[in-house]
Amino acid sequence: MSATAHIRLDLPVMLQTLAKFHGELVFELPAPASMAAVLDALELRYPSLRGTVRDLNTRQRRAYLRFFACMEDISHRALEEPLPPAVQQGREPVLVIGAVAGG
Amino acid sequence: MSGVRVLVGTRKGAFILSSDGKRKDWDVSGPFFAGWEIYHLKGSPVDPNRIYCSQSNSWFGQTMQRSDDGGKTWEAVGNHFAYDGVPGTHQWYDGTPHPWEFKRVWHIEPSLTNPDVAYAGIEDAALFRTDDGGHTWAELSGLRKHGSGPHWQPGAGGMCLHTIVLDPSDPQRMYIAISAAGAFRTDDGGATWKPINKGLVSEFMPNPEGEVGHCVHHIAMHPSRPGVLFMQKHWDIMRSDNAGDQWHEVSGNLPTDFGFVIDVHAHEPETLYVVPIKSDREHFVPDGKLRVYRSRSGGNEWEPLTRGLPQENCYVNVLRDAMAVDRLDDCGIYFGTSGGQVYCSPDGGDTWQAIVRDLPAVLSVEVQTLA
Repeated sequence: MSATAHIRLDLPVMLQTLAKFHGELVFELPAPASMAAVLDALELRYPSLRGTVRDLNTRQRRAYLRFFACMEDISHRALEEPLPPAVQQGREPVLVIGAVAGG
Repeated sequence: MSGVRVLVGTRKGAFILSSDGKRKDWDVSGPFFAGWEIYHLKGSPVDPNRIYCSQSNSWFGQTMQRSDDGGKTWEAVGNHFAYDGVPGTHQWYDGTPHPWEFKRVWHIEPSLTNPDVAYAGIEDAALFRTDDGGHTWAELSGLRKHGSGPHWQPGAGGMCLHTIVLDPSDPQRMYIAISAAGAFRTDDGGATWKPINKGLVSEFMPNPEGEVGHCVHHIAMHPSRPGVLFMQKHWDIMRSDNAGDQWHEVSGNLPTDFGFVIDVHAHEPETLYVVPIKSDREHFVPDGKLRVYRSRSGGNEWEPLTRGLPQENCYVNVLRDAMAVDRLDDCGIYFGTSGGQVYCSPDGGDTWQAIVRDLPAVLSVEVQTLA
């Protein structure tokens, strides 16, 4: 595996608007990258997103958000666990998805 | 020419309504932060272009925004509200211990003298302060660590610190209110606090006259008489003439004394405004009529104000932070409803007009009087 992971991250549009960017993000991180490392990099690049994906106090994923990669729900994996190889190589993105709600 | 800027927080964004001193024609801008719940936004009294805004939702939690140009542009500022030390527990609805957990910011109260200083009231109930324009927030933990803290219990809307009143004559004194713990006062800048609930009677409590546990909905004060406080409690309109040390009821002839908002005329310290709500089970105005009630005698004697307000088939609510007054010579009164209307009276309540009718449900209304 390459020493660098090329992580593609898709965030909900509301967070893109909050952080004033549009589209998919790419992070170059030491391999193997974990979801925790991706979120660290995200919050470093966009401080306004601190606390919006994982709780500022507990550091855990916020309850109404899910993480998906390679057609799988990876929300309940440990945040420190390496992401799937296809994600590390940039072939698949990590998706942060908000729970569907409405009436 | 002087004018006003009305800051409206709604379930799905913020709106800014602007007018000149006549308050007849309005410019509406927004939604800002579309899709987010805006519990409160409020401007600095010393720098009206500095506005703080609480932005939250269930998915992404709490963020804070600040504008330095009167709401044209915004910058995200600090949103880390960490309780001081090990927070311990308060009571849950069933009386069991429940850990203190940060949920959201209900109310922001900018300092009367320094635009970089502001206070934030949060759920679960605690008071925070920023000294750097909102970038960092520190808890004034003397309040939560008041001996009664472990006995505080949430109301149906959560255990929220929703009211912060600053004394313009004494920078060390402020008042806060928590649902459902009651009212508290500090005389040393927030280091220590005392409950100020004597005279309140809440039938739902095991001891209806207990030191804490009252569901205070809002407190208002006229800046020229900071020792005189007016309270809309869950039920009952209350008045204190000694900075909260003792309260007495002034509900008088109101059709119902349940409600959320209460405010004071800008130039008449004995003129009060409330919007009676039918009951704690039916959160809408009674009889299908939207009526603001005004007392010119500091309470007890109330008159309905109806001109320009719907008097049939109206079933809206007006939440605790959704009324404000401007400081123009002819005092303007404003309030927003759960139906998305924001009403203005440019003549102290005699007549009303809807500035907007179809916003998302209104959570808060503040007004800035501009030179």
